[in-house]
Amino acid sequence: MSVDAATVKRVAHLARIKIDDDRSAVMAEELSKILGWVEMLGEVNTDGVEPLAAVIPNTLRWREDVVTDGGIQDKVLSNAPKAEYGFFAVPKVIE
Amino acid sequence: MAVLTDLTLGQMRDGLRAKDFSAKDLAEAHVKAVEAARVLNAFTVETPELALKAAEVADAALAKGEAKPLSGIPLGIKDLFATEGVQSAAASNILKGFKPPYESTVSGKLLADGAGMLGKLNMDEFAMGSSNETSAFGTVINPWRGKGNESLVPGGSSGGSSAAVAARLVAGATGTDTGGSIRQPAAFTGISGIKPTYGRCSRWGIVAFASSLDQAGPMARDVRDCAILLKSMCGFDPKDSTSLDLPVPDFEAALTGDMKGKRVGIPKEYTVDGIPTEIEALWKKGADMLRDAGAEIVDISLPHTKYALPTYYIIAPAEASSNLARYDGVRFGLRETPENGSLIDMYEATRSAGFGSEVQRRILIGTYVLSAGYYDAYYLKAQKVRALIQRDFMQAFERCDVILAPTAPSAAFGIGANVDDPIAMYLNDVFCVPASLAGLPAMSVPGGLSDDGLPLGLQIIGRPLDEEGVLNAGYAIEQAAGFTARPEAWW
Amino acid sequence: MTDYRIKGETGEWEVVIGLEVHAQVTSNAKLFSGAATEFGAEPNTQVSLVDAAMPGMLPVINGECVKQAVRTGLALEAQINMWSRFDRKNYFYADLPQGYQISQFQHPIVGEGEVHIDLGEGRSKTVGLERIHLEQDAGKSMHDQSPCYSYVDLNRSGVALMEIVSRPDMRSPEEAGAYVKKLRSILRYVGSCDGNMEEGSMRADVNVSVRKPGDPFGTRCEVKNVNSVRFVQAAIEYEAQRQVEIIEAGGTIVQETRLFDPSRMETRSLRSKEDAHDYRYFPDPDLPPLVFDEAFVEALRAELPELPDAKHARYVRDLGISDYNASVLTAEKEAADWFERMLALSAAKQGKPLTEVARAASNWVISDLFGALNALGKDIIDSPISPEHAATLLALIGDGTLSGRLGKDVFQIMLETGDDPEKIVEERGLKQVSDTGALDAAIAEVLATNADKVAQYKAGKEALFGFFVGQTMKATGGKANPKVVNELLKAALAG
Repeated sequence: MSVDAATVKRVAHLARIKIDDDRSAVMAEELSKILGWVEMLGEVNTDGVEPLAAVIPNTLRWREDVVTDGGIQDKVLSNAPKAEYGFFAVPKVIE
Repeated sequence: MAVLTDLTLGQMRDGLRAKDFSAKDLAEAHVKAVEAARVLNAFTVETPELALKAAEVADAALAKGEAKPLSGIPLGIKDLFATEGVQSAAASNILKGFKPPYESTVSGKLLADGAGMLGKLNMDEFAMGSSNETSAFGTVINPWRGKGNESLVPGGSSGGSSAAVAARLVAGATGTDTGGSIRQPAAFTGISGIKPTYGRCSRWGIVAFASSLDQAGPMARDVRDCAILLKSMCGFDPKDSTSLDLPVPDFEAALTGDMKGKRVGIPKEYTVDGIPTEIEALWKKGADMLRDAGAEIVDISLPHTKYALPTYYIIAPAEASSNLARYDGVRFGLRETPENGSLIDMYEATRSAGFGSEVQRRILIGTYVLSAGYYDAYYLKAQKVRALIQRDFMQAFERCDVILAPTAPSAAFGIGANVDDPIAMYLNDVFCVPASLAGLPAMSVPGGLSDDGLPLGLQIIGRPLDEEGVLNAGYAIEQAAGFTARPEAWW
Repeated sequence: MTDYRIKGETGEWEVVIGLEVHAQVTSNAKLFSGAATEFGAEPNTQVSLVDAAMPGMLPVINGECVKQAVRTGLALEAQINMWSRFDRKNYFYADLPQGYQISQFQHPIVGEGEVHIDLGEGRSKTVGLERIHLEQDAGKSMHDQSPCYSYVDLNRSGVALMEIVSRPDMRSPEEAGAYVKKLRSILRYVGSCDGNMEEGSMRADVNVSVRKPGDPFGTRCEVKNVNSVRFVQAAIEYEAQRQVEIIEAGGTIVQETRLFDPSRMETRSLRSKEDAHDYRYFPDPDLPPLVFDEAFVEALRAELPELPDAKHARYVRDLGISDYNASVLTAEKEAADWFERMLALSAAKQGKPLTEVARAASNWVISDLFGALNALGKDIIDSPISPEHAATLLALIGDGTLSGRLGKDVFQIMLETGDDPEKIVEERGLKQVSDTGALDAAIAEVLATNADKVAQYKAGKEALFGFFVGQTMKATGGKANPKVVNELLKAALAG
């Protein structure tokens, strides 16, 4: 699969990473190489093979429905770049 | 008295109990060693006060005869582990300054067992790398040097851990292994390291890279030290849904070195093109050592081996692209806000400035392979091939008890040697990745030296949950190899 | 009954409606963390480190949320999937801390089922369910609290939701409204969601398209987060009309997400979400598959309460209650519970079988009680009259202690005071006098005072009987039991 700079830009936007034109061209080349390499998996016959769900067979354990956490607003906000009045603050969103 | 930092962790433990020296002596010696070795850049944060405080507690406990398994043992903790109140940045700019209000389960268990923390160990950013050259805190220098004294990489991603252990700065260290990040750096620095079965060690509080692959494990001077640390590190954790609810064996008790009745598999597919003859020779020597210890050597086949790396480089980036979405500048870590920028501008600027280029590369690959129209061809296909790789191992384990392979296709390479070619860099993990994909326990032990006098590692892969078998085979090799070489302290 | 049609310039259009209802699962703790789910707490106080997506935090599922989803599935006659799995839905938003929502995309916990809706006048319809899955709620962003910032509160982040997805089986706003009401009723019966639409415990994404009857489905628009039955219906009406107008003007419908504006009762395009969505779903590697067995499901089935459809049928069949009364009484679990408790007490107090008192009791509840509560603007759970007191009142009327008229007076006092009717009767001396001793004395007095009229009566002027009754009632202050007075008078005059 050959990836062009426009695709890199689209993917970068999906991943919320700003990428300038020069860089996206370089990245396109790198990603094309890597994707071309991983495409060797196409050689493998996987008909009827179930995709791996859990590497070591395991199922979900359930927790009890009891409140054991919370009430730690200070800890939750302690590393926030910007917090006001108990809220996280982010650039204003216009709906 | 011997230099305290030269002792193995096991010797330190015994010496403390015999009152040959105090925990304070031990901590101070290591604090000094850490300070003297800053040129290696093995630490992102030094916490001598924590190590000394733990030593004080340990000495009191030792005096009362109430020592815990690791009382007074000074350790280094990889920066991927959240440590309460101490910067835990996963060696990334995006988390610089992040001080978690919580302690990871694994580091917490080590501290609860009496260990002290000397500091946080450098690593590849978000554990993405095989040379410790992607760290936002700078490259770690391998204490071993090349023939012409050139600087070498310590392997990655647990490069700070491997360098610190090899340079005798810490008694042992935590590592994490997603596709070889414990084993390959252990091999590059002449130390031992084990990645246990997926689910043995809790992932709670460890910054996630690829959740279905990440496993913590110890890195230490020898196999016994690994066994001692592993016992403290693993165990069921109800906070991790993938943690296995099983009792923890006494790994140290399994170290007999006796391989009688054991069959050791040699996978023919691990003979890859371009592998140096010295690696092949070492592999063969390793088989001989195990045979001498009583094992039967059998040829086995792992037919899908060559697809392991491409499978890994779809699954790991896919999971990483999602795991790293939380670094968005909202709740913690770096925030970059362009003037009059919107929320989306903030995200893009923050993540662009906060993530290094290898991390960005993997996020983009991961985002691409999960995106509409490509999921089936890449991600789903990779999960199917992964199932086949796992099946290969299960079939092989019908014929053998453990598998012997090289750890890495080369000895430690020079700094900068592979930075321009991602795929060449990825190939470093060619022997490590298959066991990771299958969730199997695997360890690296030093097997000998390369022609250039650099350490080379041998890898033992075991059945799910058979860490004891893996450690014992490693121990047998260690006994036979008599590996005593160590880097000269040039720093 | 005529089908709902939009009359356009080119003819009649049919509306096709499917609903995705997000119902907050009733649980103490969140879906994957131990933080509380209560509504209205101080910002970021019901947030664990997991909910804030701190580095290295991991989800562990709350078993009660699993049970609630299974109970709901059973109540909706749906297939229960013993093996299901959680996926990550990846997108960035300030109130989505992980950068992904944990949801169930490929393998939901509940599969196909159905909901029977009652459209009145004997009309009914079955709406197909496609699936129910468990997922995390997001936090809350507030954009109007500060001039420079949007504020983020993560208290709701990670609260369990059930997304209940219908088939596009509805054809009118009325049907959609009836569907939401019925769904709400069933969830409240089961106890898996409190159905509180004002607090956002239930909200609907409404998918609307239009077509000429008989044509294939048209392109649909999704109206997000509609939070009342009335708004659901208004959104459909507006959206259907809008789409018809666009198509008839030669335009085409663009598949998009729209927002319902309750202040203008119209929908508008959600510009802030214009980015093409590519959610990159994949199985969450932090969560192994969710697996349970038949015995687990059967145990939950055995614990299920009687559901509205079954209850309705039983009221009609076994209790002889009218179809209409049964519908009204079973629509809300609280009303049905209230009625059944009152009915049982009522039958016991009167010493009669349920079937003999049920019809009258149902009439009283619907006409007297519901009418009065309606006037007071109160729900049944806030009723000042308890089932016990109501049963007593009906017994007092039934055994003749209270006349019908006095019964109404006592009922009014009960509404105002919440008092026991026996106490009211006692204190205010409203008791109907049936005591023959007391009445004999009163009658003797009346007859003695009116000896002349007695003579005339005995001589054949029988019309005077009414006069004696009236005099006796007057003498007892209106509290005498007229039936007893009649009997006693007849006996006395015959003597």
